[in-house]
This record gives sequence, structure tokens and C-alpha cells, in this order.
Amino acid sequence: MQVPAPFEYARATSVAHAIALLDQHGPEARLLAGGHSLLPMMRLRLARPETLIDINGLTDLDYVRLDGDEIAIGAMTRHVTVLNSPVLREHYRIFADAEAVIADPLVRNRGTVGGSLCQADPAEDLSAVLSALRAQAVIQAASGSRTVALRNFHEGPYETVVGGAEMLVEVRVPVRPGTGSAYEKVHRRAGDWAVAAAGAFVQLRSGVVQDVGIGLAAVGADHFTCAEAEELLRGQEPTTEQIRSAAGMCRDSCNPQTDQRGPEDYKRHLAEVLVERALSRSIARATGEEN
Amino acid sequence: MQITVTVNGEETTGDVEPRLLLVHYLRVNLGLRGTHWGCDTSNCGACTVWLDGVPVKSCTTLAVQADGHQVRTVEDLDAGGALDPVQEGFIQEHGLQCGFCTPGMLMTARALLDANPDPDAATIREAISGNLCRCTGYENIVRAVRWAAEHAAAEVTA
Repeated sequence: MQVPAPFEYARATSVAHAIALLDQHGPEARLLAGGHSLLPMMRLRLARPETLIDINGLTDLDYVRLDGDEIAIGAMTRHVTVLNSPVLREHYRIFADAEAVIADPLVRNRGTVGGSLCQADPAEDLSAVLSALRAQAVIQAASGSRTVALRNFHEGPYETVVGGAEMLVEVRVPVRPGTGSAYEKVHRRAGDWAVAAAGAFVQLRSGVVQDVGIGLAAVGADHFTCAEAEELLRGQEPTTEQIRSAAGMCRDSCNPQTDQRGPEDYKRHLAEVLVERALSRSIARATGEEN
Repeated sequence: MQITVTVNGEETTGDVEPRLLLVHYLRVNLGLRGTHWGCDTSNCGACTVWLDGVPVKSCTTLAVQADGHQVRTVEDLDAGGALDPVQEGFIQEHGLQCGFCTPGMLMTARALLDANPDPDAATIREAISGNLCRCTGYENIVRAVRWAAEHAAAEVTA
């Protein structure tokens, strides 16, 4: 039987209270959101926090809403809510594409957006989705909040810029009219982590790419993206050749590792193919050729 | 830590360590062994129970997180004195072989049918994708859930 090592348990009643508890309990305290990464790691003793601060009572952080020209997603929003959100479905199909292949329905009932991002697994799908969309992360401290580009949110595998007495409270995604978006993932079996995954959005105006974003998961891409491929496409007509060139740049610039999910060259190949598919579907959705 | 959890409509209390998992609270502290404890890695779904009406993996939920909340386990499915249609469906369509995954399958299937009384096979497969059956009995499990969809509770009890 796997059980976590003993720990202290505290229940936060507000964001300010959670931050005060983090401050009070120091560096060996962890926030408990959905718990579907943290608790398995604690059972395996890969994580051994001295204190868990349960933030599941902070239901005011569970929302997806249109806020001016941005979509705001609360950190305690469950994956199932993102999957079924009418606002996200209307503006960014990439979310439903990705969420449908994140873990399984039971895990999605508990797992949260904030927890997934802060776990910062290199294969985590929402990191690629939100990097593609150039989202912003809102991080709260006792002294106030700061906003960090999602592309600068991760400092490395399992490390983020969120400080010891800080908490991710929201992510914000700009609304982009005339946009299509999509997510493509290859995994070995239902509910598994990606062997490789790619997401994209394409904003078209008069048949020209006004803006574009590419996200990559599980292939060691810098900032979960490939800026040079985006640069190549921006301001151009998105021809098949252009898309292939951009996908080739993603293949060459990423840095996948050979592991039990597959060899490095196979993951590179997947990065290319999946970026090509994600861009093509984004364009088809932007033009209304595909729902 | 002192907790109060409503399980199958009845208030239960316990003085538990924070690290106690909900599945063990149900099985060991309360003796409700219908909920199975399987993979220990949040993969298999044998431990599926409802937390405030939502199916979750009870091996990845702390008992203290259920404090003040409602839990429903497989023992409650026939609380009315008759088998729930999903239970009857698993009998009629041979939806189990070894039976280890069955409690989780039943709780997931009941939640699915409450939300969507007439799911097609693809919807059922998606809904149970967090519940693993190692006897590879998915064909019969899907048929069992369809059987339950086609037989309303009133028909089963009649």
C-alpha cells in the first residue's frame, strides 16, 4: 500500500489566507489543488511536503469568463469545465481538442488549470495550449499581483516562476477575431501523457496570416513554442509550402529526449507532422471549412 | 484531524491522519469494502466514488478533503432494495469476469446515465476511459451500460 509520508494539513479560506499559510509554513509547504499530480508523487515519496494547504475551498477561482477583450480562466477551474466551456468553444477550439485527451474523465473532474501549469511537467498539454495562445499568468503575492507571459512561466521541468509565498490565480487569453485553433497529440493509450503534441492558432485577415501561435509539448521546445516558425508565417499567405516550412522549423528547433515514450528522431518527426496538422486545421477552422 | 463525511446519506465521523486516502477511510474505517483499491497510481479507476455527485478516484483524494462533503459508494446503488439498472445490466450482459473493476465501472456508468440517459457506444467508451478492465471485457461493459439505458429503473423494479 502506498501512502504519503506524514504532513500537516491546512485549509485555505481565501487567496490571501492561502498566501499567508504559505508564508507561515515556509518552503516545505505545497498548495493542494486537484491533487492528481501531487498526491501520486507523494504516495511514491517523490514529493514529501511538510504541509499541504488545501485550496479546493476557493471556489471563487473556478471560472471561465469573457473579460473585455480577454478570456479569464481561474486557477481552480477543473479540466472538465474547460472541456465543456461554451466561451472557450466559441473562441478557441484548441482547448476542447486538448482537454479531450488530457488524462481521463475522472481525473478531469478533479484536476485544475492552475495545478497543471504549476506542476510544470514538460509534457503537460495546457502549457503548450497557453503558450501557443500567448496567454498571461496572473500571480498573486501578499503585496499584490504580477502578470507573467505564459511563455516565461516555466523555468525548467517542474519549475515555475511562482515564488514561495505566491500563488497562480488566473490565466488570461486575448480574444482574436477571425481565428481558428487546434490541438494534435499522439499518445500510446487512452489517458496517457503525450509522446509529442502540438497546438496552434491562426488569425486570418483577407487570406493573410495576421497572427499565429504555435505550442509544443513533450519535445523540449524552448518556452513550449517555436518563435521562428511563427515569424515565417506572419504576414504571409498560408500556403501548403509555408506550413511545411514552419513545421520543419519546429522539427529542427525542438530538443526531444529518447525515453520510454519513444526515440528522439520519432518525436522530432511527430513535432513536424503535428504542427503541420494543427496549423492546417486552425486555418480550416478560421475560414469556416471545418468546425 | 476530526472529520465528518456524509457517506451514502449517513453522517460518519473519524479522527484521521491527514495522509489517509479516502479509499482507505471508506474501506478500513467504515468497512465499506465495495469500493476497490487497485493500482495505487490514479490510473485504474477501481476506487471510483462520487464526491458531491461527481465521480472521482478515491485513491487520489484525501479523506480530510471529503470533510463536510457527500460521498456515494457502490453500496448505495441498491439502497432502494432493488438493483440499480446498471447493476442489472452488468448481470444481463455479462459485464464482469473477475469483478475487480466493477464497482468503479458501476459508479462511473451511473453518473453518465444521470447526465445522459441515452448515450451511444462511443460516449460510453469515453466515459469509462478512466476505468480499466484487465479481463478486456469492454464490449460487454458497453453493452451492459446500454442495457441500463434501455431499461428504466421502474422497469427493473417492476
